[in-house]
Amino acid sequence: MALSGIQIYKLLPQTNCKECGYPTCLAFAMKLAAKQAELSACPYVSEESKKQLAESAAPPIRLVTLKGPEGEVKAGNEVCLFRHEKTFYNKPGLFIRLQASDPNLAEKVRQAAAYKVSYVGIDFTVDGFAIQADGDLGAAVKTVRSVTGRPLILMGDPASLPAGLEACSGETPMIYAADASNWEALADLAAKYKAALAVKGASLDEIADLTQKIQAKGVEDMVLDLGGKTLGDWLTLSTQVRRLALKNFRPLGYPVIALAAGGEKEPLVAAQAIAKYAGFVVLDTFSPELLYALLVLRENIYTDPQKPIQVQPGIYEINKPTAESPVLVTTNFSITYFAVANEVEGSGLPAWLVVCDAEGMSVLTAWAAGKFDAERIAKSIKGFDVASKVSQKRLVLPGHVAVLSGELEEELPDWEIKVGPREAVDLPAYMKQVLA
Amino acid sequence: MPIEIPKDKWPGSVQTVTLGATAAEGGTRTKTVTVGGQTSMPFMHFEAPAPHPPVVAIEIKSKRPEDWSPLLAETWGEAMDAPAKWAAKAQEAGADLLVLALTLNDTPESAVAATKAVLSASGLPLIVFGPGQVEKDNELLVAVAEAAKGEKIGLGICEDKNYRTIVATALANGHVVTARAPMDVNLSKQLNILITDMGLPLDRILMDPTTGALGYGMEYGYSVMERLRLAALQGDRMTQLPMIVTVGFEAWKAKEAKVGEGVPAAWGDWKRRAIHWETITAMALIESGADILVLRHPESVALIKAAIAELIPA
Ligand code: B12
Ligand code: SF4
Repeated sequence: MALSGIQIYKLLPQTNCKECGYPTCLAFAMKLAAKQAELSACPYVSEESKKQLAESAAPPIRLVTLKGPEGEVKAGNEVCLFRHEKTFYNKPGLFIRLQASDPNLAEKVRQAAAYKVSYVGIDFTVDGFAIQADGDLGAAVKTVRSVTGRPLILMGDPASLPAGLEACSGETPMIYAADASNWEALADLAAKYKAALAVKGASLDEIADLTQKIQAKGVEDMVLDLGGKTLGDWLTLSTQVRRLALKNFRPLGYPVIALAAGGEKEPLVAAQAIAKYAGFVVLDTFSPELLYALLVLRENIYTDPQKPIQVQPGIYEINKPTAESPVLVTTNFSITYFAVANEVEGSGLPAWLVVCDAEGMSVLTAWAAGKFDAERIAKSIKGFDVASKVSQKRLVLPGHVAVLSGELEEELPDWEIKVGPREAVDLPAYMKQVLA
Repeated sequence: MPIEIPKDKWPGSVQTVTLGATAAEGGTRTKTVTVGGQTSMPFMHFEAPAPHPPVVAIEIKSKRPEDWSPLLAETWGEAMDAPAKWAAKAQEAGADLLVLALTLNDTPESAVAATKAVLSASGLPLIVFGPGQVEKDNELLVAVAEAAKGEKIGLGICEDKNYRTIVATALANGHVVTARAPMDVNLSKQLNILITDMGLPLDRILMDPTTGALGYGMEYGYSVMERLRLAALQGDRMTQLPMIVTVGFEAWKAKEAKVGEGVPAAWGDWKRRAIHWETITAMALIESGADILVLRHPESVALIKAAIAELIPA
């Protein structure tokens, strides 16, 4: 927990010597509490105070960053239990697990690394790879690295891990996983290779015990594997850890890793992990349809509840429209815009797409909130000077707001107002039939 | 070193609501379904056991829907032509209860016929939804409510525009209403106040906070549900109702579930994608407090029932 100005004041020399640039230690303490000053400005703080202040300033859940030659994945630094309280910040990294012994390793990595999917104009990919050391880990890491530079999780024991760590030295991988039997050896490896270290145990007590011992050996970046055999067990443990961490219980103040472990249950285990606090999710299956669904879920859960994802209002050209092409109208909510733009683009038919400023709301939401009415639409049409682009003034409304057509005819008397289909999926057929 | 696990102790609890009436209770259902009763956030059994886990309803239509995904048409086959057959098949697929959704083409007579057919084909508790147009809903639901008197069915969708008629008929015929407000804590509360002001007791109201599909506004519903449940546990009486979510309706409207061709290759296998769309939307909403999940595909039903079984202590 961040300290108050008074609490910080108690840790300062209280001599009011002014060397920090402030008239009193208390004034300086207040600035520190407000994060408007740096502690280093006071030359006289004791080492003990420095340590206490640093600890109190640390986020309740440590930020752990895995790095590869291409890309990094951050987890931690979260500040709330429910996304509406603020927002969730660092999207859990999705990793695909591979076996070092797999004869088709290179091909599998190639496939997964090539995966790219777009949602509301954002491109998503697999964040990294976990390699199970059931064969020569060093060779496997080299194989993976010949294809992709994304961050790695190396899963093995003190005997098998060094070869893999050596093969990616200079990066920041994660070592999986320290337990009561091997933690000393793995902590040494993590320290030597500057890797993050996953920690697992039979209970939270045991995990907390281990993180403290490992921290005492100088390893700071840890990640917790909570076990949990059922969905219910895992949800309980993950919630308990998040709550304890937010109450500043340091031994569990680390991101969590969830192993979804294949099979029929995998999609739902991964979905729960994304919604309920995982920082890293490891999938056994590379499946485009599953990745797409999970990546969208992650985007939804991690969207700032205060700010809908929006696109810039304006006139968008799709498939090189000409003066004969129709004008379609929609709102500037990203989901809405891309639903329409993707359909029209996919159809190959040219159109002008006018995106009205509806404060980032969907068609019906904006209509119900009075942000997408005839007046606003007319204002956009005039404001973007759409009339100058076309010879035939045909304007297509979303089917859901058919009720606006009468009023819009009054607002835009020289335009022909048409009512399109309700769903964007039906736009291509509509454009072929009605607008051809 | 034993850690002290923080436990929330809430002053409030969720109301229990029972759907369906057995012969002993004046109906003909072979079982009833009770939801609600929680005194902690979803599945926090270490704080307080939850007496009633979430349940799964299967949505069937009074008439073969022409706009449903071919994947659904394929799995339900001919059963889609007759509500009675469809109901029996849905029961086989593991539904805990049924939702019969009426269409704009229904008349009061056809709606009553479909309701009766479903009630005789399956002993499961039933919820009947109107087509979602205020006047039509009132016309159809009043007829259905009278015909199903004593069965304690759910009547929906009860909104600010039509709650009077639906609540009145629920009162007269011993039914439950599902109250829908558009993703807003205060609007839900307001509607529940209006409904209880008419004299319907809280144990006969389900709350539908409105749901969006994965990728189509799901996160708004997710957070509104968390907020409603937190308010309920804090003791706000008018939010203490079990929540019903129409996941199947929303998820199968999404292009991801509906369309198999002309979509990006990165979307992968159509059928599995469609099932993921429905189940992952459902899973997220289970985590945020859903009590009744209305689904459409039998495979989704099996997966979600298995997930619920794993979420409650053995
Ligand atoms: C998510 C959501 C919200 C979110 C807002 C999300 C956002 N940024 O817009 C929140 C929770 C904030 C919200 C608030 C409200 N909402 Co709202 N909301 C929804 C919900 C669940 C989904 C909307 C959505 O995102 N759809 C997905 C997008 C892609 O759909 P779309 O924009 O319509 O686009 C599709 C089509 O229209 C078409 N299309 C789009 N453009 C074009 C263009 C052309 C030319 C064509 C042909 C087609 C086309 O293609 C798209 C894909 O098919 C719907 C219910 C539902 N399940 O649909 C209610 C809904 C839209 N909301 C509703 C209401 C009433 C409200 C509120 C007024 C409630 C209130 N009083 O607080 C507020 C208004 C906001 C405010 N005052 O600030 C009502 C509207 C009722 C009505 N028919 O009038 C709905 C329908 C819920 C309901 N059943 O009552 N809402
Ligand atoms: S420099 Fe340090 S001791 Fe001097 S006034 Fe500032 S805070 Fe106090």
